[in-house]
Amino acid sequence: MKKFWKNANGRLKAGMIITLIFLIIGFVVFYIPHTDPFFNNTYPRKLAPSWEHPLGTTSLGQDIFWLLVEAIHNSLSIGLIVATIGTVAGVLVGLVAGFSGGLTDRILMVITDTFVVIPSLPILVLMTALMRGSSTVILLALVLAMFAWAWPSRQIRSMALSIKERDFIQTAWFSGEGTMQVVVTEILPYALTWSLSNFMNATLNAIASESSLAVLGLSPGNLLSLGNMIQWARDRNAIFAGQWFWIGSPIVATVLLFIGLFLLITGYNDYLQMKRGR
Amino acid sequence: MLKIENLSASYQTIDGPVHVVKHLNFDIRDNEIFGIAGESGCGKTTLLRVLYDIIQYPLSIDEGRVVLSGVKKGVPYELTTGEIRKAWWNNISYVPQAAQSVLNPIMRLKDQFLDSIPKQDRGDESKEQTLDRVRSYLKELGLSPDVLNAYPFQLSGGMRQRAIIALATFMSPGLILADEPTTALDVVVQRGILMMLTRLQKQYKNTLVIVSHDMGVHYQICDRVGIMYSGSLVELGPTADLFREPLHPYSRMLIGALPVVGDKSAKEGIPGRPPSLKDPPPGCRFAPRCPRASERCRREVPEFRQVRPGRFAACHLLEEEAQSHA
Amino acid sequence: MKFRKYFGLRLVTWALTILIGVTFIFFIPRMFPTDPVENMIGQIQSRSGQMDPQEMAALRKSLRVQFGLEGSLWEQYLAYLWRGLLHFDFGPSLVSFPTPAGEIIATYLPYTLFLSLISTLLAWIIGNAIGLLAGFRKNKRSSKILEGIAICIYPVPYFLVALILQIVFAYLLGWFPLQSNINAMGGTAAYLRSLFRASFLPALSQLLVGTGWWIISMKSLSAATAEEDFVQYARFRGLAERRIGASYVMRNSILTQITALAMSLGGAFNGAIMTEIIFSYPGVGALIQKAILQSDYNMILGCITISIVAISTATLIADLIYPFIDPRIRYS
Repeated sequence: MKKFWKNANGRLKAGMIITLIFLIIGFVVFYIPHTDPFFNNTYPRKLAPSWEHPLGTTSLGQDIFWLLVEAIHNSLSIGLIVATIGTVAGVLVGLVAGFSGGLTDRILMVITDTFVVIPSLPILVLMTALMRGSSTVILLALVLAMFAWAWPSRQIRSMALSIKERDFIQTAWFSGEGTMQVVVTEILPYALTWSLSNFMNATLNAIASESSLAVLGLSPGNLLSLGNMIQWARDRNAIFAGQWFWIGSPIVATVLLFIGLFLLITGYNDYLQMKRGR
Repeated sequence: MLKIENLSASYQTIDGPVHVVKHLNFDIRDNEIFGIAGESGCGKTTLLRVLYDIIQYPLSIDEGRVVLSGVKKGVPYELTTGEIRKAWWNNISYVPQAAQSVLNPIMRLKDQFLDSIPKQDRGDESKEQTLDRVRSYLKELGLSPDVLNAYPFQLSGGMRQRAIIALATFMSPGLILADEPTTALDVVVQRGILMMLTRLQKQYKNTLVIVSHDMGVHYQICDRVGIMYSGSLVELGPTADLFREPLHPYSRMLIGALPVVGDKSAKEGIPGRPPSLKDPPPGCRFAPRCPRASERCRREVPEFRQVRPGRFAACHLLEEEAQSHA
Repeated sequence: MKFRKYFGLRLVTWALTILIGVTFIFFIPRMFPTDPVENMIGQIQSRSGQMDPQEMAALRKSLRVQFGLEGSLWEQYLAYLWRGLLHFDFGPSLVSFPTPAGEIIATYLPYTLFLSLISTLLAWIIGNAIGLLAGFRKNKRSSKILEGIAICIYPVPYFLVALILQIVFAYLLGWFPLQSNINAMGGTAAYLRSLFRASFLPALSQLLVGTGWWIISMKSLSAATAEEDFVQYARFRGLAERRIGASYVMRNSILTQITALAMSLGGAFNGAIMTEIIFSYPGVGALIQKAILQSDYNMILGCITISIVAISTATLIADLIYPFIDPRIRYS
């Protein structure tokens, strides 16, 4: 771990620090007992920041700090769930396409390419619009995952094609191991290092898509996410009322979270490249 | 003439410097084909880079220098390390290992030729006039001028290598460095390339330095050969003498491993592997693999010196033999 | 010969992409338990009170026809492909009944194309130019600052960049209108002026995000190309650095970026929709938002079908131009 930190580049370090802070807010601070910020009129309205309410309260009498903490928790959770589903599915499709070759490969690739090329947002809009009212967080995550598998699958396929020819794989093959065994013992560990950057990318994309849908009013109404928090503040005219902590804190948090994740991804990719170069 | 004076170079790494070239002292004469031989990882390519003045991080020169001198168009010149790069292509040029990737994949060869010809040389020629000169030069080398209209990927490996050699010699530089020019090509093509190189040298009377791990290449075309082991020269001499009677045990092994027509005896490989340059053995670096190594070999670095007229080697055994003869 | 095969293959892929995408959006809604017709009836009932059963049955029937829900699934599918894909006929807009949804989309689409084409291309040109310079002088301070700015803008989703620009330039500074209004009544000059004012901030937000991406990718791409053998060898051939930069590093990197442009169009379109919505710019994005609010499913379906066709076609065009620039495909 110490050595990893020493060899890490500046971007990776900055990305890890920012992401870690968000993980702590989302999964540690979140569990400190607090009043559910979802309900209206828990506190006096439009309070300025104070020790009791570090970011003040909304015009509905909600504590903005705890709104933000829960929003970060929920957005991260959605991102991680979607990324997990998408990466697992993508790795499977990519491995199958890469290793089976032939017709299976072609069909899978045409479908994958379609999902890479077509604009995802309109389709997400269609599906969430159909689910409106009955939508749940899990359903939303599944829908978002439909666009999270294509890119990793493409990457993994080309990686599979290139390592199929490598010596250690050929050796394993000739020494009589079955295809499944080769895939699990030799290729999967290799694929996982690569999938990590895909995974982080998918997390970022999922959070971005969810918040875009929220701005359209298509994220489930009971989901307190960063996107919904921004949208609710907009709906309640926080901008015109000059309630900058209400509208500003989720915007700043989202911007920081995305920059942190992006630094983490590019830093990690550079780190992998450097490691391979040596 | 190329003088290598007490040259040492090293790579900077996280674990400290790695000395790849150590205390080299030799001359490459005008109008000769000089071969540098040795296993991969012995520092041949690094030496060539230093000779060509490609010194950039992490490679650095610790000691010594390279002096390139000669006469071009009646004007004498003398350049040392650090200045040599200004004479690239005019007085010294470089032929890389045959590979798809050394030419710009999306430019026609004629444009890459034009790129390599300095403005001074073209004077106020038009593009076509310059290309006409290139065409007649190609014809002279037995190459079809059509290659000028091709993109690199449209040429076969051998054809591309010939074109690169033409590119590297068009400005008639006094010295041409070739790094494994025939490796990665098949045997028939190799032969053609070697013949092209010797014919060129005979015709233009320039100096050709060939780095190759393939002793056969040196045997076929070189006038003199230097044998490198772990960053130093262990032997240097006229090709015919060196192959007939190698002095250093390492040269003996390299030459003993060559197949000879009509010889049916089993060939010995060279046992062991070159030492790591990071952590070299004390004394003679070849000692751990040498069948005749003594206590002294393991302790003391042998000096590279003239053993007989024109023949140099670095080995304690030769010294002892000389003493016992005297 | 191979060249022709390349074109053929791209055309087939193009057709397949559209077919798969369109099939997907046809079947997905039908797999959901929600029935748009019942939804609609529920809404009508909640607005205008109970209807008598006979009237309701007639309404249900006519709604089913208009939603394209009559007949077997297979018949519906074929009818949808035939009408929607080949004639851009998506049935009437349910809100502006009986104007066909396709007709309304046709009036909004040019605004979106105008805005996104200009900002996408500008972003590509500006971003690649800056990225190339930054890649060349990667140790200069200005390069690092530019890249730092790009890293802080690119990962932020389009709608947030748009929102921040809206707050700063429209709300706090008041330089631009908060909502885009296009003056179609006051003659050409007034129209163009209002179009410029309405498009400026949406275009700027798309431009910022896009430029950020091209700076980041071009910088690492040109730095990688500069390490390639043929660039090194060009240096050994004594070429001037400027010549190497232009003919060896730039030309080769730009080729890769053209393919990347084709791949990025889908994402840029998503961004265009979101920026349009934030600024209420009268394009397909705003149309989609309105259609969602009013549950105008034919309109939503129409917008999506057209965007899939538009994006796939734009990608196809970029792919077809490619061989004219890359000799490796033209001659091999």
